Amino acid sequence: MIRSSRGLAAGLAGLGLIAVLAVAAPLVWGGDAAHLSGAAREGVSGEHWLGTDALGRDVLARTLVATRLTLVMTVIATAIAGTIGVLLGTAVWVAGPRVREIGLRLIDVMVSYPAIILALAVAAILGAGTVAAVVAIGVAWSPAFARLTANLAASVAGRDFVSAARLLGVPPHRILVRHLLPNIAEPLLVLLSVAFAGTLTALSGLSFIGLGVQAPSYDWGALLNTGLDALYTNPAEALGPAVAITLTGVLAGFVGDGLAAGADPHRVGIPGRVKKVPLPAAPPEDDGALLTVDGLCVSAGDVDLVDGVSFTVRPGEIVGVVGESGSGKSLTAMAVARLLPDTVTADARALRLDDLDLLAGAAPDRLATEIGVVYQDPAASFNPALRIGGQLTEVLRRHRGLGRRAARERAAEALDAVRITRPEARLRQHPHELSGGMRQRAMIASALLTGPRLLIADEPTTALDVTVQAEILELLREANRRDGTAMLFISHDIGVIASLCHRVLVMYAGRIVEELPVADLAAGRARHPYTRALLDATPRLDTDGDGGAELTTIPGRPPAPADRPAGCAFASRCALVMPRCTEERPAAVAVGTDHRAACHAVALTVEETAS
Amino acid sequence: MTAAVQEAPAPGPVKAGGRVRNPWIGFLLRRLAGLAGVLVALVAVTFLMVQLIPGDPARALAGTDATGAQVARFRHELGLDRPLPAQFGSYVSGLLHGDLGTSFQTREPVADVIAGRLPFTAELALLAILLVLAVAVPLGMAVAVATRGGRRRRLDAAFTFATGLLGATPEYVLGTLLVLVFAITLRLLPAAGASSLSALVLPVVAVALPSTCVLARIVRRETAVVLNQDYMRTARGRRLPPLALYARHALPNLLTSTLTMGGLMLTAMLGGTIIVESVFAWPGLGGRVVQAITNRDYPVIQGTVLVLGILAALLNLLIDVLLGLLDPRTLTARSRS
Repeated sequence: MIRSSRGLAAGLAGLGLIAVLAVAAPLVWGGDAAHLSGAAREGVSGEHWLGTDALGRDVLARTLVATRLTLVMTVIATAIAGTIGVLLGTAVWVAGPRVREIGLRLIDVMVSYPAIILALAVAAILGAGTVAAVVAIGVAWSPAFARLTANLAASVAGRDFVSAARLLGVPPHRILVRHLLPNIAEPLLVLLSVAFAGTLTALSGLSFIGLGVQAPSYDWGALLNTGLDALYTNPAEALGPAVAITLTGVLAGFVGDGLAAGADPHRVGIPGRVKKVPLPAAPPEDDGALLTVDGLCVSAGDVDLVDGVSFTVRPGEIVGVVGESGSGKSLTAMAVARLLPDTVTADARALRLDDLDLLAGAAPDRLATEIGVVYQDPAASFNPALRIGGQLTEVLRRHRGLGRRAARERAAEALDAVRITRPEARLRQHPHELSGGMRQRAMIASALLTGPRLLIADEPTTALDVTVQAEILELLREANRRDGTAMLFISHDIGVIASLCHRVLVMYAGRIVEELPVADLAAGRARHPYTRALLDATPRLDTDGDGGAELTTIPGRPPAPADRPAGCAFASRCALVMPRCTEERPAAVAVGTDHRAACHAVALTVEETAS
Repeated sequence: MTAAVQEAPAPGPVKAGGRVRNPWIGFLLRRLAGLAGVLVALVAVTFLMVQLIPGDPARALAGTDATGAQVARFRHELGLDRPLPAQFGSYVSGLLHGDLGTSFQTREPVADVIAGRLPFTAELALLAILLVLAVAVPLGMAVAVATRGGRRRRLDAAFTFATGLLGATPEYVLGTLLVLVFAITLRLLPAAGASSLSALVLPVVAVALPSTCVLARIVRRETAVVLNQDYMRTARGRRLPPLALYARHALPNLLTSTLTMGGLMLTAMLGGTIIVESVFAWPGLGGRVVQAITNRDYPVIQGTVLVLGILAALLNLLIDVLLGLLDPRTLTARSRS
């Protein structure tokens, strides 16, 4: 990121300047710092920018001169902490498993105690003074290094190249130096800059309370201490060292943040621009529709992820949406549910659930009770911190005004309906106490709890194993038969879609390319080249008696949202491609009852048969 | 602090014989064993503190101008002429009887010294920790919610800058500046002492403010992570009002990760407290232990380090219990790291 690398540069430059100051200041201002001017505790003046101390010495000169001792102490203490810590951490790692276990525990406990208490103990043993302070702070900071080293070593040690080296008989210390240390250097560097700031603060603190540097020597902490006494007569005397300590700490923080950001591989690219393409004409109005989606666009910045999608769902109908990942099928579903992430926006000519206008900020009560949603990953979709009961009942209590007991009874019934055993006990459990399949059944129970008119299921079986998949599909089928709940079912698996749905929408690169009844799909009457390719790429157990149909893959990949062409997005992978396909976006043409395809080649054959 | 803690092995699966066992039992047993281990270690360390003094401890303690006879008498008085196990035995049995020794300097029983000082340190540290939690959590959450998805970039930049600067300012520097502004220039609050309630304000703020900034940044980052979780989308799907959404669904989860990372910082605030006491002439343990170290008053140092160590151990335990209440999964986890 631009900002953090700028911070890193600023931090390094600032620390560099301070280092130069540490070398030069005693040579340049050493005389001024020791010169007794006779004007004690004088305020700020042109001659003494920060005034003078109790003996009439120039405070600014003393602050600058103190840079050297402060920095030298800080560097040595940081080096002590780093050396002891890395040695301890690696020793723990090289040692046998029993010693390692005990060592790690010990380090954990040490890290969780304030460094200052350990520093007090060391200072007590060695007596107050510069050396004692440096050793105390160095020792006190070493557990942090030990833990990081041990953690990093453990993560690196599990990787292949270390196992390989070990198998080849490379001795542990060689593995350590050749393979481990270089691979953990970067995070250690980050900790080093954090520790630098920490030891600076702690050392100055010790000097400040009188346990560190003793007169006549002085560092910033000692100067701050004398400055505190003079706060009433010359406040500037404390300001000098206060600013010095804080500034150096902040600069070290910049370096740490910059290094940490550089080590972090998660960087987000900014999507490029794409030219707007005119939307295809609206499909004919469907009067009996429960859900009407017309010209839905979902965009991130200037990029359309879903590009003019129109369809309807009738009461009691299960409509499947199939497509590869990135085709915009889940975004379409979440746009209907009004649950898109913050980073994208949705717009449409119309988005209606019966009489409920989903575009114009529909009432929360109606949204919550009339649309049920089942999500892809049941493990991630339940709140891990709350009990199942609380999560299931909150819609009923919030939007249906049910009391606690009534809501729990309803929730238990709903769990029972999805065949979860001991529903009362389950309500008291946390999500992690349930199995994956059970969680998804509980999610279905939660979605059906309010008797919604539309159930949106976003890849509800993808995260589950095959035997559990079948149970989930059966539950959905059952809810549809029993209550006539209409569904919008999203899946990348055309086989699953075919077994559950009444009608299928095939999406490709943010658009619907074909819409057909599942009977047409099963009978091989799909027309769009992409749908046909998708079917050819799907293994089918039922028809595969003599190994007749060969499994084929679709060459190439769908275009990224920012690179979608003006014409048909499938053109570059299509066997039937014509010059027109790359220039003009195909409109959906009717090829049968409830069957439309958006393809120039298909349109051509339809025109021929018609004429 | 150093401590040889070998906690009891983690209990196996939660279910024993088909019954669901309360995870709190195992957790508390392990924690109590850990606490006992820390206690043993603290006793050992404070005992060794005198033994580890370079050279002859008796000579170092008696002073450089003491005669040979004086040193010998001192050594006998302290029991330093007895074998090590005997010394340790009497140290431990003294502790068990609540006898922490007698101050070299003032001849007061150390237990009395600590009893008179501990309440002030505990008051300061606990108030500061409460203030940190009370301010940092709502602040970090509010900023995360306000800047989610790249909104309000200026607020984002201002928050990052201000918390970065204040978070890097040591407590004692901040305390000095607070005295300068609020006590000397504005004359609003007392500069030192613990005589009135208003005297608490500046020390508590000085201890709390830097940690508040650091914690607010952690909270903000963790909130941003939590807001992107699937379960937050589920909660949004239930169309809850903002308060229920953030307080009920987001807060417990971000507190878990925040406490996991920031818990050490809360314990470390004890260190900040000890140093800040010097700024405000606060009559707590910090000022007393500094005086004791300067005068090599070992019984007082030993007692203070022991008590501070126990205080830190209790704080750590408190944070773990809090984590367990927020997220029961941490009860069976082996440690916070």
